[in-house]
Amino acid sequence: MSAAPLLDVRDLSVAFRQGGALHTVVDRVSFRLERGQSLALVGESGSGKSVTAQSLVRLLPYPAASHPSGEILFKGHDVLKMSDARLRDMRGAGVTMVFQEPMTSLNPLHTIERQIGEIIALHRNRVGSIRERVVALLEEVGIADPTSRLSAYPHQLSGGQRQRVMIAMALANRPDLFIADEPTTALDVTVQAQILSLLKDLQAKLDMALLFITHDLGIVRKIAGDVAVMQRGRIVEAGKTAEVFANPQHPYTRMLLAAEPKGPPPTLDTRAPAVLTAENMRVWFPIKRGFLRRTIGHVKAVDGVSLTVREGQTVGVVGESGSGKTTLGLAILRLIRSEGAVAYLGRGLQGLSRKRMRPFRRDMQIVFQDPYGSLSPRMSVAEIVEEGLIAQRSPLDAAGRREAVARALADTGVDPASMDRYPHEFSGGQRQRIAIARAMALDPKFVVLDEPTSALDMSVQAQIVDLLRELQQRRSLAYLFISHDLKVVRALASEIIVMRRGVVVESGPAEEVFSAPRSDYTRALFSAAFALEAEPSDIVSQ
Amino acid sequence: MDDFHRPQICGVGVPDGATPHPAGFAGCLPPQGGKDSSVSLAPPLHSGGWLRLSPMNRRRLDNFRRNRRGYWSFWIFLALFVLSLCGEFIANDRPLIASYKGELLFPVFIDYPEDKFGGFEAQTDYRDPIIADEIAAHGWMIWPPIRFANSTTKLDPPTPFPSPPTWSLSEKQCRAALLAHARGDAAKLPPGGGGCGDLEPEWLGTDADGHDVVARLIYGFRISALFGLILAGVSSLIGIAAGAVQGYFGGWLDLAMQRFIEIWSSLPQLYILVILSAILSPGFFVLLTILLLFSWVGLVHLVRAEFLRARNFEYVNAARALGLSNAKIIVKHVLPNAMVATLTFLPFIVNASIGALTSLDFLGLGMPPGSPSLGELLLQGKSNLTAPWLGLSAFAVIALMLSLLIFIGEAVRDAFDPRKTFS
Repeated sequence: MSAAPLLDVRDLSVAFRQGGALHTVVDRVSFRLERGQSLALVGESGSGKSVTAQSLVRLLPYPAASHPSGEILFKGHDVLKMSDARLRDMRGAGVTMVFQEPMTSLNPLHTIERQIGEIIALHRNRVGSIRERVVALLEEVGIADPTSRLSAYPHQLSGGQRQRVMIAMALANRPDLFIADEPTTALDVTVQAQILSLLKDLQAKLDMALLFITHDLGIVRKIAGDVAVMQRGRIVEAGKTAEVFANPQHPYTRMLLAAEPKGPPPTLDTRAPAVLTAENMRVWFPIKRGFLRRTIGHVKAVDGVSLTVREGQTVGVVGESGSGKTTLGLAILRLIRSEGAVAYLGRGLQGLSRKRMRPFRRDMQIVFQDPYGSLSPRMSVAEIVEEGLIAQRSPLDAAGRREAVARALADTGVDPASMDRYPHEFSGGQRQRIAIARAMALDPKFVVLDEPTSALDMSVQAQIVDLLRELQQRRSLAYLFISHDLKVVRALASEIIVMRRGVVVESGPAEEVFSAPRSDYTRALFSAAFALEAEPSDIVSQ
Repeated sequence: MDDFHRPQICGVGVPDGATPHPAGFAGCLPPQGGKDSSVSLAPPLHSGGWLRLSPMNRRRLDNFRRNRRGYWSFWIFLALFVLSLCGEFIANDRPLIASYKGELLFPVFIDYPEDKFGGFEAQTDYRDPIIADEIAAHGWMIWPPIRFANSTTKLDPPTPFPSPPTWSLSEKQCRAALLAHARGDAAKLPPGGGGCGDLEPEWLGTDADGHDVVARLIYGFRISALFGLILAGVSSLIGIAAGAVQGYFGGWLDLAMQRFIEIWSSLPQLYILVILSAILSPGFFVLLTILLLFSWVGLVHLVRAEFLRARNFEYVNAARALGLSNAKIIVKHVLPNAMVATLTFLPFIVNASIGALTSLDFLGLGMPPGSPSLGELLLQGKSNLTAPWLGLSAFAVIALMLSLLIFIGEAVRDAFDPRKTFS
């Protein structure tokens, strides 16, 4: 066992059968991993990194998936040829996995104790009572007061706590290999930093091998000793993390490293005319209890927020999830009920009927986070983009609308010739461009951008940021940019509002806030997001 | 703000010498937008045949076709349904075309009085031997393959009703029947005394009232299928509308309608049916209405759930932000989601409706006496156990129809299965 590496993947290919055709998703990938080492598989979505990880424990949907070539040697045994019984033994005891989405990875009907206890009981290496083991594990992953948390259900925990429970489950049987598949992608930056340092500590303490799958190069630098960069199913570059980052050989790696949102935001101009002002915005959701549904309190999603968005300027709203930033955006567009005054070019919008509101809708648009959810899958791109024109009673005839759609698409960098295709035929970045084109087709003056880059790959993020900035300059648009991604905000926003639990913690010109944050919360947020940039061998922040 | 044009922008973007686009939009574009407004950027609209399907629907259609059993069931059912719609041309007690004294007549379409042929009734009975002989002497008649309509009573049956199919009769029975038909006049018998081949064919015999069973089956199939389709269609319309309103608007409206539906669907259906059919004389549309009262509830929950899910989709929010009205959002964005679930259920609802009509007929609470119905034929089969052709043929037709519909339903369900649609 000393001669053979812990994990030795040789020439592994994965193919999926789709219809009659065979699609190769992973193409002859090889890597090794020793106990105590950590390897990061990096790549953009669709590069095959998750599929590679899942095939290590044969989790793929098998009749559809197949391995045309390769072998996976775990402690010298080929996983692909293992019997099901041995495979089950290996999963959960030898190799464990943590997935991206902590909410759906836990069974909502079982308590924490039961979920963790099940794993321990299943692999029967119990020492002492199961309950004691569970408490010890929870303590190990840093859950405060674990004894009282035993009877909690997943929904009673925060996202970070759930991910900690997942890690506890994965560590229950002291695995030799720990696979983490984007474990922090769904978490806030502050929580992400905590989870990462936890994983790093645990790996050192338990002397595990760690296979870390991520799209985020910052994380790679922080956690992995080795890195393998994947592109379209192939490993294009591999080596020591420090070396690869310092001296990338492959153009794709170089492109990834350079793909941080860059560029200066529009310069702050307080004399520009105010396009939109919101005064003391409040969105309270009543909490009702009892038989008579009396209101006993409120969830204050947004509580007394005021802001002004000026022509050609961007106000960035940052904060963790649940801080009320999206709610604020929806309230300003009057897509949800709110209190407080909203005015567009000095005209009050509160209390307008749907019909009276319609002409304003043309000038105030929104782009959503999820480019897959925000386009109706049943409409062609042309239909999606021209919908606003129809709703706004545009005087254009059908041919004219098509032309307007074509121009909006060309403006946002989508080939107008593809306007009769359907959204699913486009990549995430292109879909986001289409969503932007839909907003721009109406020639708005004010656009709410609700995390428009969060669901996109890093390199695509940078392109979308450039596009948004270019559109802003050409049309002197006013943006309300909502994001938890501070790097993107820094590249776009001239003014910043930091929100926490519905209230504004700090606000001011972006430069000031970024260089000298006043509140502790802002400082914590920034250090979690930018801490990785402090290293000297930094290529990204050039 | 009130009109669409922004004068300060219109006209700025047209470069000198450029011909404005015939649609006249070019000048109204933001000047920054198009670099060269005279060039048309939009690709020409392609006209893709008579049926333009989105790729997803095309894939669904392919999935449906790939399910051979369901696909063939669909065509067989469609053929049977179309044939039964043309029942008057297949089973009728009047000829399709007749020529009488050089005049071309179309008795299928036109009621000719009997005095035209020397009789005195208001309507001609072409099966009457006297009229038949009269027309045969002065012209010709083209009969449909089955010379009985659904309510034609057979005269001079070979045995007392219900009389068995002619192919199962003995030679002796046939000869006796022929003799009775000729009113004892041996001279009118065919040469050699005749045999079963000379009898008017009764492929599946007659029922207890002397009606031809094949004709009854054809017309019964038609009524059942029509009833099922109409009931399923109308109850889906109402159900979808109710579910859509509930799911989209939610809140108090949802709550109130939900309680109403709970109370409504817990009413004892059968008793109400019995009571109502005692008060109203049941007919096709009365039955349809009565069954509709309860059947629309079936789809509401499904559609409501789909709407509750879909109303928070981001593209629905985006449509709101574009200023679309509620009705438009429901129809364009939310309804297509619910339609998948509805279409999947539709064949099964048709089945349930046909089952409901048949069972009511079987219990004697359904269609008025004398109307062709499969349930009534089953009832006759039950009361005439010695005439197995009644029960068996009714059973065969009902089983065939329901099985075909189930097969179609399964194929539709598989075709709309998202895992197959998107894979």
